[in-house]
Amino acid sequence: MRQSPVKSSTPAVGGLPESTRALGVGLLAAALVTGYAIWFLHAEDELTVGFLLVLAVVATVVAARMGAFRHVERAFSEHEKVMNGAAICGVIVVAGVFREDHFTLLMIATVLLYMLAGLGLTIQFGYLGLVNLSGASFLGVGAYTSAVMLEHTSVPPLLILLAGGLMSALAGCLLILPVLRAKGHHAAVVTIAFAILFKSFLEVNDTLGGPQGLTTGEMSLLGWGFNSSIEFANGFFISFYFKYLLLSLALLVVAFALTKRVERSWIGLSMDAVRLDETAAACYGLNIARWKALGFTLGNFLIGIAGALYAMMLGYIAPANFSFGDSLILVSIVLLGGMGNPWGLAVASAIVVILPEKLQMIQEYRFLLFASLVVLILLFRPDGLLPRGMRNYIPGWRGKA
Amino acid sequence: MTDKEVLLSCEGVTRRFGGLVALDDLNLDVNRGDIMGLLGPNGSGKTTFFNVLTGIYDFSDGQALFDGEDITRHRAQAVYRAGIARTFQRSRMCLSLSLLDNILVGDHKRLNLGLGFNLFRRGAFARDFERHFEDARDLVKVFSSALADCMFDAVGAFPMLDRRRIEICRALISQPKLLLLDEPSAGMTHEETHQLMDDILSVRERTPELAIIIIEHEMSVMERITEHCAVLNFGKKICEGSYEDVVHNPQVREAYLGIE
Repeated sequence: MRQSPVKSSTPAVGGLPESTRALGVGLLAAALVTGYAIWFLHAEDELTVGFLLVLAVVATVVAARMGAFRHVERAFSEHEKVMNGAAICGVIVVAGVFREDHFTLLMIATVLLYMLAGLGLTIQFGYLGLVNLSGASFLGVGAYTSAVMLEHTSVPPLLILLAGGLMSALAGCLLILPVLRAKGHHAAVVTIAFAILFKSFLEVNDTLGGPQGLTTGEMSLLGWGFNSSIEFANGFFISFYFKYLLLSLALLVVAFALTKRVERSWIGLSMDAVRLDETAAACYGLNIARWKALGFTLGNFLIGIAGALYAMMLGYIAPANFSFGDSLILVSIVLLGGMGNPWGLAVASAIVVILPEKLQMIQEYRFLLFASLVVLILLFRPDGLLPRGMRNYIPGWRGKA
Repeated sequence: MTDKEVLLSCEGVTRRFGGLVALDDLNLDVNRGDIMGLLGPNGSGKTTFFNVLTGIYDFSDGQALFDGEDITRHRAQAVYRAGIARTFQRSRMCLSLSLLDNILVGDHKRLNLGLGFNLFRRGAFARDFERHFEDARDLVKVFSSALADCMFDAVGAFPMLDRRRIEICRALISQPKLLLLDEPSAGMTHEETHQLMDDILSVRERTPELAIIIIEHEMSVMERITEHCAVLNFGKKICEGSYEDVVHNPQVREAYLGIE
């Protein structure tokens, strides 16, 4: 539909081709979201935060009425590179504005790492239909791998990130057999069991610090440590979290591109077919076990990398960071955002990570709040806040008329 | 009939579910290029036969030879690779995926599924994609040129007739030697059924080598398109022959109407 050759050549009101107009609206939207994010992150008292939330809802409804989303969607599908670039610039601008503020930078970097983990779950859950309720455990495998390796080896930290991903993928392999043998909800139960086993294992394991956890070394690139802030003689100050934020962003961009490529290939097609109807898929020659094993492993790999960097950034990890509740939060991010749509993760992770920090009064009730939010979304907008569109194998491809 | 080559040969195919014998010692031969009708009252084992043949269920007993290959122990995947494609009674499409996606799922044996190819050689992938896209569109055009303009629309948005067409395209894209159609007219009006049968006959004209087994309750359909019919009742084959022979067979009338 989006690639139909007819639509793209339609001239629109105002003399501009519709596609260019869509790009304009898309860039404007990116700028507005960036501005809103800065305003929101600046907000101190709960009244302002409340006002900004209402503003966001009203603006969304008005924009939807005016049909702006159609243009934005189009901008993303037809001018993908420009829009992706705009999103990256937006994050860097926001980070630049808050360059001195440790806490805000940490929060943004956390959002980015949650998104990275969310990409892993998107492959597992959104594409393949494998419900992984032990996302936080795989995050934990990555985190503990990086803590231990930084402490006891002299492997370059960048490779440790990779090792975190590999260890997590390897831990996932333990689960593949039971997950393949069980179907649907039963497979989800297997992952719950793993989440509980993993946490108990950490709590009783003294080498890994038991319930107290471990302190983690710092990230460094070519000998350039990440745990020191940058100060210039003229008083210009950049928080050390800024470096973590940029690295998280870089990893996220790579993983995002990878996830998109998975979707836009025969692999994505096969995974969707497995999710939607296993029996029919088998009758068309799909190797169900192969796709499940591949998707599960790839997903855990991404989650593990996120965990490894998360540990370095926090400087301290404990089993409580990787509880079953955190796994549920990760799953709810995927559900809220829209199954299988990586952009949905951005919205959902921002809500899930930033909202409780800004509204201290809901901190206590955040699980209750997210749970009801997920229920409401599933009731009224089952495809999530930003539903996934049709597969667009080659962006910008129009076919021969 | 004797000058044609036997494509599928089933011998003593039996399937038991606990004490229930759903298929009882079924012998059936299908020739290359034939259209065979499979008739029988509800619960007589027609769909079970398809499920056993395509590897969804195991054979309890008996064997099947397909194009010289013993497919008795084949899983669903291997049956598909041997050249048998099917449609389902309860049309099993991926409704949220596009028309193109649904058809290409059926072309699995020709898709390059390598990780490196799909993720990192995007230029080569784009060329491969274009080729498959053209193939799929050409096939859809045989059925309906209107559909061929909507390759990127979700299948869920189409009416039943188009979904059936898409489902048949999904089965045909891999160029199977045998096509199994499980009640293609279910849920359609008389007029729509008629159109679909026109489509099936035109497919057959394009590919005279393709053999088809069709399960259908609509007798006019059977009369029009089949060369050969077999009737099942309680899992047993009670009659086989031309449509005329079969409908006038007293056993068949008894099975359907319960009277002599």
